[in-house]
Amino acid sequence: MELPTSPLVARLVEEFNKLPGIGPKSAQRLAYYLIRVSREEAKALAEAILAMKESTVFCSLCQNITEADPCLICRDEARDRTKICVVEDPLDVLPLERTRIYKGLYHVLHGIISPMNGIGPDDLKIAELLNRLKTGAVREVILATNPNLEGEATAMYIHRLLSPLGIRVTRLARGLPAGADLEYADDVTLTRALEGRQEL
Amino acid sequence: MTKPRTYKTKAIILKQVPLGEADKILTLYTPYMGKLRAVAKGVRKPRSKLSGHVEPLTHAALMLAQGRNLDIVTQSQTIDSFIYLRQDLHLTSSAIYLAELTDCFTVENEEDPTLFQLLLHSLHRLSEGMCSETILRLYEIRLLENLGYRPEIRKCVYCGTLTPSPCYFSPSGGGLLCLKCRHKESLAHPISPDALKIMQILQETNPYTHEELQFPKGVARELEHILRSYISYLLERQLKSTSFLDILKQSEVDRVVQKL
Repeated sequence: MELPTSPLVARLVEEFNKLPGIGPKSAQRLAYYLIRVSREEAKALAEAILAMKESTVFCSLCQNITEADPCLICRDEARDRTKICVVEDPLDVLPLERTRIYKGLYHVLHGIISPMNGIGPDDLKIAELLNRLKTGAVREVILATNPNLEGEATAMYIHRLLSPLGIRVTRLARGLPAGADLEYADDVTLTRALEGRQEL
Repeated sequence: MTKPRTYKTKAIILKQVPLGEADKILTLYTPYMGKLRAVAKGVRKPRSKLSGHVEPLTHAALMLAQGRNLDIVTQSQTIDSFIYLRQDLHLTSSAIYLAELTDCFTVENEEDPTLFQLLLHSLHRLSEGMCSETILRLYEIRLLENLGYRPEIRKCVYCGTLTPSPCYFSPSGGGLLCLKCRHKESLAHPISPDALKIMQILQETNPYTHEELQFPKGVARELEHILRSYISYLLERQLKSTSFLDILKQSEVDRVVQKL
């Protein structure tokens, strides 16, 4: 049955529908919202998408998303070049930067080893990481993958690769999150929290 | 029988897939309800009470509430998180393979307490550091048997010759072939007397007594190959986690260095 919508609107709905977390209904809502906004606003959105797409690249060093290669962090002379913090995806760099404690460099893997989904080490930027370590300047690699099954597997895999290189490999500490409740803590977290307890 | 509005079950979490902003869909394997899919809400938030108790490869006691489409996990308490297993890459990936195998072969809501027990037992044994090859092969053979795919490994599936020699295993025939009959099936791998003997032991004796069984490397590889080809014949595809198991078996450093 042919629905009485303009094919142009339908096309936009279809495009929105492709986005993660956007179902057909939300896609429709977004498209019909955009009908009502001013031309300038719509143009700004379209241009923002295009500009982002056209002028961002992966940093040749850390693989993070950047406008200029190498990226701001990799170019920053004040950064500690003996440390590399390995994260799953670009979004993970932001919270680490927000702590303002870490002054080293990053390496973005763009994924996680997930045997059940058929994602192996070759699908990640692991070879690029090893390449960076060849120079010998790096003294420590901090593995900051998520503390879940796949994150742990990835960390263990990278640790195995790096151990013959004589570089210090560390893993982010695991324990109780701020505001947590011991009653609900799981055994793995509590075990790690006990292992990593600190002198007051 | 209609399910009550809320119900409790023990389960092994086989896998998780993200759903929406902060939720996950869990695939659970339970003793009396078989495979089950349920939503765990908010588990991707750092302060989630559930998140640590619904990690894949956890044995947990759960409470679920009936949802409109999928049921919803309301509480979860870890019974065993197999912590030792999580600290070893090879054991972790072996356990992931067991989970994927179970997920692929079972259908939702079909109870199989025997298989549940065997999966739980296998995870315990892996976590105790027992030979993973034995555990994997035993689980494969027993899973196939439980689900009605028991391979015939006593006689030729065509002419009935007892323990033929030389002997072939045919995935499409579902069992042994003798020299004369081997051409009746397109797929047939030669199988050595040692490998056949071990397969028979794994298939015919009590599955809870094989912990000490260890076999030579060559035989282990042969059995792995044979069972894998039978499994992929039945599933009509390769299991995804096998490729990672294979990668781990190679000397990884050499492999990556070669790639550079």
